[in-house]
Amino acid sequence: MKNYSVFDILGPIMIGPSSSHTAGAARLGKVARGIAGEDFKAVTFYLHGSFAKTYKGHGTDRALVAGVLGMETYDERLRNALFIAKDMGIDIKFIETDLGDEHPNTVNIEFEKKDGSKISVQGASIGGGNIIINKIQGDSVEFTGTNPTLIIKKYDLKGSINTITSIIAESDINIGMMKVTRQGKGKEGLMILETDSKITDEIVEKIEKVDGVISVRAINPV
Amino acid sequence: MYNYGYEMLQLAKEKNVRLCDIVIENEVKLTEQSVEVVREKMGRNLDVMMDSAKYGLENDVKSVSGLIGGDAKKLEEYRKNGKTLCGDVIVKAMARALSCSEVNAAMGRIVAAPTAGSCGIMPAAIITAAEVLGADREKMIDALFTASGIGQIIGKNATFAGAEGGCQAECGAAAAMAAAGIVEMAGGTPEMALHAASIALKNILGLVCDPIAGLVEAPCAKRNSSGTVNAMTSAELALAGIKSIIPFDEMVETMYRVGKALPEELRETAMGGIAVTPTGIKLRKQIFGE
Ligand code: SF4
Repeated sequence: MKNYSVFDILGPIMIGPSSSHTAGAARLGKVARGIAGEDFKAVTFYLHGSFAKTYKGHGTDRALVAGVLGMETYDERLRNALFIAKDMGIDIKFIETDLGDEHPNTVNIEFEKKDGSKISVQGASIGGGNIIINKIQGDSVEFTGTNPTLIIKKYDLKGSINTITSIIAESDINIGMMKVTRQGKGKEGLMILETDSKITDEIVEKIEKVDGVISVRAINPV
Repeated sequence: MYNYGYEMLQLAKEKNVRLCDIVIENEVKLTEQSVEVVREKMGRNLDVMMDSAKYGLENDVKSVSGLIGGDAKKLEEYRKNGKTLCGDVIVKAMARALSCSEVNAAMGRIVAAPTAGSCGIMPAAIITAAEVLGADREKMIDALFTASGIGQIIGKNATFAGAEGGCQAECGAAAAMAAAGIVEMAGGTPEMALHAASIALKNILGLVCDPIAGLVEAPCAKRNSSGTVNAMTSAELALAGIKSIIPFDEMVETMYRVGKALPEELRETAMGGIAVTPTGIKLRKQIFGE
């Protein structure tokens, strides 16, 4: 039995109308922004399932855009997010699509950065405003974005996991969850770590230098 | 911690305090925050509730889809004309509930209580009862804690999700929570508060979730209005000393059991109930341009 805080019962304070289709969508956008960075000029949202069918009625479109602009679920500007994005010169597109066997409230968010590079983040709104990120650049991941998260792309080299976790431990940061996947022995894989405290640039730089590491992304929720 | 109504009641009796005191004490323990911080946080919920309960009375709100809106203001104007059947108190409460639901559907700010769909019942019942009783802000905050305690037990032993339990789980839970809150606000005993919650749940047992076009608008807004009246009349019965024959914990269990017995069409899928009436289907097609 879950121990509910009274604020799980009364709350969150949010912009309506739906915790899954509005509040959850805004959170998805915001976490995706944390992954993609802020220097983007265009965003395309690929909407799947219930998101594709009902996004207009629930304001899911405005909520997603509000999220990528960094707004919170209770920010009253959320309602005008489409106009705000336009004013900022950010190109926004919505495409209804079928992403396959995914949760009905799934969106794939593709950012086009100012330097022309692209990054895509896919996630689902799983109820009550809770979300899960399940793909980054097509790689399968799984984390909520509520805790600081490190996403490390690397080759499967002996000892590299150890080296990375020691770097984190040396910085006195506790690891709450860790998941490692690989495409095969010695091949490319992902390492996802959720920590209890903020992941600094210093840690990221140290991990980037570890043998076999291809890229490191830190997401610190605000 | 308490998992059931009878445990809450026991704690309140042992310590000779109200339910809200038990709930606050538990929250302080659970979150390791001070009483002041926890009350202040609940106060922020109250502020948003008051705003959302008022806005629609004065403004013509239109939902995003255009399906609902303007009814809170209409009802408030009707009330002001002085010729209501139910009297000022009930009609004002109904209008407040509509206001919250309209604000929600128009992408305004609300407090999920316990859900966004049922966000009008708690504010409407608590604010209106406080007006009648002359209860101040602190007493309203107390009532919100009482209500949350009832909500914690429903959440633990049943569900709040329309997709799982139908509308009885959303608007029913909200009404039960509000009923208990206003009983304590009116000086009723913890026992009376549980009776009120139990009666409120019984009144809407089996209520289905069947939103037109899948949107949290219709029938939701009107069910918030009737849910508020349910909360207030249930509180009234309990305050008069009338007991629920079925105890609260058994009612929660029953609500859950009945919810799971509902076919999927009647659990937020918009595939049953009023959603599939010819009018419901026509509206869906209009809204989504099918
Ligand atoms: S009908 Fe369904 S969506 Fe509407 S308030 Fe009830 S449970 Fe929520």
